[in-house]
Parts: sequence; structure tokens; C-alpha cells
Amino acid sequence: MADATALAPSRIPAARAAVSRLRRLARKAAFAFAVAVIVSPAILVFLWMLSLSLKKELDNLAYPPVFFPRPPTLANFAHVFADNSMGLYFLNSLIVSGFATLIALAVGVPAGYGIARLAAHRTTVLILIARMTPALSFLIPLFTLFQFLGLNNTRTALVVTHLVITVPIVVYIMAGYFETLPRELEEAALIDGGSVWTTFRYVALPLARPGVVVGTILAFIFSWNNFIFGAVLGSRATRTLPAAVYNVLTFEQLAWGPLAAAAIVVTLPVLVLTIFIQKEIVAGLTHGGVKGG
Amino acid sequence: MSAATLAAPGAGFLRRRRRGYRLLTLPALVVVAAVIVFPWLFTLYMSAFDWKIGEAAHFVGLANFANLAVDRRFLEAIVHTFYFTLLAVVIPLVAGTLAALVFHRQFRGRGVLRAVFTMPMMATPVAVALVWTMMFHPQQGVLNYLLTSVGLPPSQWVYSPTWVIPSLVMVEAWHWTPLVMLIVLGGLASLPTEPFESARIDGAGEWQLFTYVTLPLIAPFLMMAAVIRTIDAVKAFDTIFVISQGGPGTASETINIYLYLQAFAFYNMGKASAMVVVFFAIIVALALLLLHVRQRLKWTG
Repeated sequence: MADATALAPSRIPAARAAVSRLRRLARKAAFAFAVAVIVSPAILVFLWMLSLSLKKELDNLAYPPVFFPRPPTLANFAHVFADNSMGLYFLNSLIVSGFATLIALAVGVPAGYGIARLAAHRTTVLILIARMTPALSFLIPLFTLFQFLGLNNTRTALVVTHLVITVPIVVYIMAGYFETLPRELEEAALIDGGSVWTTFRYVALPLARPGVVVGTILAFIFSWNNFIFGAVLGSRATRTLPAAVYNVLTFEQLAWGPLAAAAIVVTLPVLVLTIFIQKEIVAGLTHGGVKGG
Repeated sequence: MSAATLAAPGAGFLRRRRRGYRLLTLPALVVVAAVIVFPWLFTLYMSAFDWKIGEAAHFVGLANFANLAVDRRFLEAIVHTFYFTLLAVVIPLVAGTLAALVFHRQFRGRGVLRAVFTMPMMATPVAVALVWTMMFHPQQGVLNYLLTSVGLPPSQWVYSPTWVIPSLVMVEAWHWTPLVMLIVLGGLASLPTEPFESARIDGAGEWQLFTYVTLPLIAPFLMMAAVIRTIDAVKAFDTIFVISQGGPGTASETINIYLYLQAFAFYNMGKASAMVVVFFAIIVALALLLLHVRQRLKWTG
């Protein structure tokens, strides 16, 4: 601004052009700076996580911090898989989230269709209330029930509890998706004598594949990210990844490098899956998901 | 309704159809009854009992609730929860709106940068909390290095009773600012262009344009973001549990953390159930309050 006013009185057109170009440049630079400020916290935390996981422990504890691994090492990853059974916990998470998602699809996709065609909008209120309920209020009764049934510390108990997360999200996403589908084809099939089931199975379901993909990924991610169910209901052998990583932190005093490596193992699959559903995440997070806590 | 006006076979046809649709929802209803409705009812029932796991349960009526009303630690937990929630709603709301205004413009690399910006939202909270724990470390953490390298004094972060809640809010804001951004961005994309044009013709500057045109128009979306954020912030658990466990002392102990301790460290299931009932009532009350404000201000979009 100061430069501009100083130069403005001079009547030489070239100087004027230079000033306006400068001004445009300054505005561009300010905008680029704003973008950098907004995006950097997200990038820096992930980069720091990566940096910690690729460094030797000596560098991780150095002060001032060592920012770039010299040279990068995969020893931390090898360590968590070899000494902290990260492979087993990864498998546990895969089994629990996998089955919870499959069951949710089996019951939730037909239900979403039924709700859409019955225009039963009141059911979404139920989902909204579930969204507001603290996760611990599901956990206390289910813990008691599993205790009674002798199911505590089993993967079965974990799968059942994770249905609290996966079923509402699949029903919510599918009901919304089926509502957007045109009904003419279904009407034709029904008038030709098709039953509701065959119409659903052979007409509506094939058209709803994109919705099913979104519902599957969102349900899987929310289940995968859940910490508290695994922490309470899992044992040393059956707990899921987030619970296992937390236990490693508190009870075994693990070094920073392996801890960061474990954190990456937990969160990388989710970040990869997220790429496929960029646009639908908001709907999932605002209405359907019963998240942790 | 239309069924009644049709001939008899048509009516039967429609009725059979509706029964078919209802049958499709049945399996999901059974699951929801088992894992969602049963826990609600059981919690309500257990809140009237004095019951520790492994011991006999005694019916105590409303005594659990009466005890909570004079439980100092519980009342402090409510205060901590409100403090945490206030910060964890307002900060992402302001930061998310600013970010949305930036991402609403066209610029090179916008798609990729927006994807990067939204990554924290889906990252596993426990994994991220572990990294923040290391960053908060007063001696070897990178945050104190950054503070001192720009000439600021180092902070005790989550080890200080005063700073623990703001520090935890920082992590929460890092996670959820992107969600607010996406909601507001959706709002900005849906706005009509005429009000902006006429305001520009009237000579409004950028700031006036924002406060008098943009802000009132995106208010319904901000309100929705505020409701979602409030529900989630009140229930925040993973971040607090992993990073501070409610400490130092009980400085960051929220209702949810105290509730967890009562249920799964002390096994006081009756008392914990009563806490859940109160907690749920608080969440619903906050949500209704915000929806009421929205109605009053006619911000329903």
C-alpha cells in the first residue's frame, strides 16, 4: 500500500502498470499464505508422525528435534510387528470391523430400501437419538449381558457391539440412496407380478451399488476407528488395533519410534479408504455415525 | 388413501406391497432392538439400583441421582465438560468458516489441498492422540521447540491444570475443523449470486459483504455445524482418555471420563447408569436449546 501511494502521482503509464501488477501479486501472495496457514496443521502433524516412525530412537529424543530421518529406517515398523503382535491386532480389527460391516449390510440394505419405499421418516429420528447417545451407555448394558453369557473378551462380543456403529450408518445411507432412485422400473416389475423381494433384489439393488459402496466404506471406517468398545471388551488376544496401541503406550512404556509406527499402521488404511468417498463423508458424519465416546 | 379409491384387487396389491417393505426392515429392527433399544432401557432400569459387578443389586430408587447431585467430582466434571465443549465448538466454527471462505475460491491445486485439509477428520483418533501426546511433551516435544524458536516461553501443555483443557481442545479442533469447513462450503456453494452483485453495485467492501450478506445467508449451515459439533464435543472421549486420562489430578475429567471410571475401573454399574441418564439428558437439552435458537432466529434455511 505504501509503495502504491508513493508511486501513484507519477504519471508514467509503465509505472502504473507495474504498481497494479505488484498489487495483484501481493494479493496473490497473501492468498497463498492464507492457504498455507490453513492446510499446514493437517500436513505437519501427519509428516511429524511419519518422521517419528522413520527415525532412530536417539534422534526422536534429541533436542532440538531432528526433523528429517538420517537415514530413514523401517526398524520401528519391524519392531511393532515382531515384538508387539501388531499383526494379530490388525487381524482382530479386520475381523471385527469386517463382520460388523457385513452383518450391517445384510440387515441394513434391505431395511434402507423398505424405509425409503414406506417413506417411514420417523425411523431417522431413532437414528438421530442413537447419534446423540454416549457410547458408554451402550457399553454398560452390553458388557453386563456378555458377562452373563460368558462372552466377554471374545471377538463375537466385539462384533455385536460394533453393530451399534455400523447398522445405523448403513440404514441411513441406504435409505437416502434408494430415495434418489427412479421408481418406474420397480413399478413395472411389481405390476408384472414380481414380489417386493425380487424387485428389490433384481431391480433396485443393482442400481444402488454406488450407495452400497459408500455405506460399506463409512461403516468400516467408523468401526475401525472405534477405541472404547475394544478397550473394554477385548482381552490381550482379542483387542482391536486402537485399543492395542493404547495399551502398548500405557503399560509397556514403548519408545516413540515404534509408537508412531503403530499409529501409522492403525490410521493408514482409513486414510486410503477416505480417498474413495470424499464427497459422502459429510453426510455420514453429520447424521448416521455413532462415533466413539 | 389412494388404495381406497382403487378396485379391491388393487387395494390388496398395495397392502401386500407395504407388508413386503415392512418385512425387509424386520431383521434390522431386531438388531437395533437388541443392541440399541435394549441398552437404553437397561440403563434406565439399572440407574435405580446400587450394583457393583460381582455383588447383589439393591433397589435404591432415585438415590443414585440424589447422590450425584452432591458428588463434587461429578459436578466438577460437568463444569469441565461445558468448558471443553464451549471451546471445542467455537474454535472449529470460526476456523472452519475462514477455511471455507478460502476453499470457496478457485485456485490451482484446490482439490488436492482440500482433500489434505479434510484428512484429520477421518484419521483414527487414538493414533492421532498418541502423536499429539509426544508433541506435547514439555522437554522433548516438538511444540515447545516451535514456541521457543519464535521467542515464546515453553508451555507445560497437558501437564498444566490450567492449560490441559485448551490443549485438548487444540487436538479436537485439529480433528473437526474440516467437518465445519465442509458443511459451510456446502452452504456457500448453494448461495444465490444476486445479493452479492447488488451489494457490490451499492459499493460494499469485502468485509461488509461478508458480515451483511455472506454471514446471514450461511447462518443455517453454521447452526447445523454448531449442533453437530456440540453433540460430539460433549461426548468427546478418545482424545481426552489417551492424552490426559482426565488429569493432571482431575483437571480435565469430563462427564464421559468420570463415567468410564465409575463403570469400568470401579465397576459401580448402578451409579454409572444414573450418570449416563443425566449425561444423555444434558446432551438432548443442549441439542434442543440450539435447535430452539435456530427456530427463534428463523435460521432454518
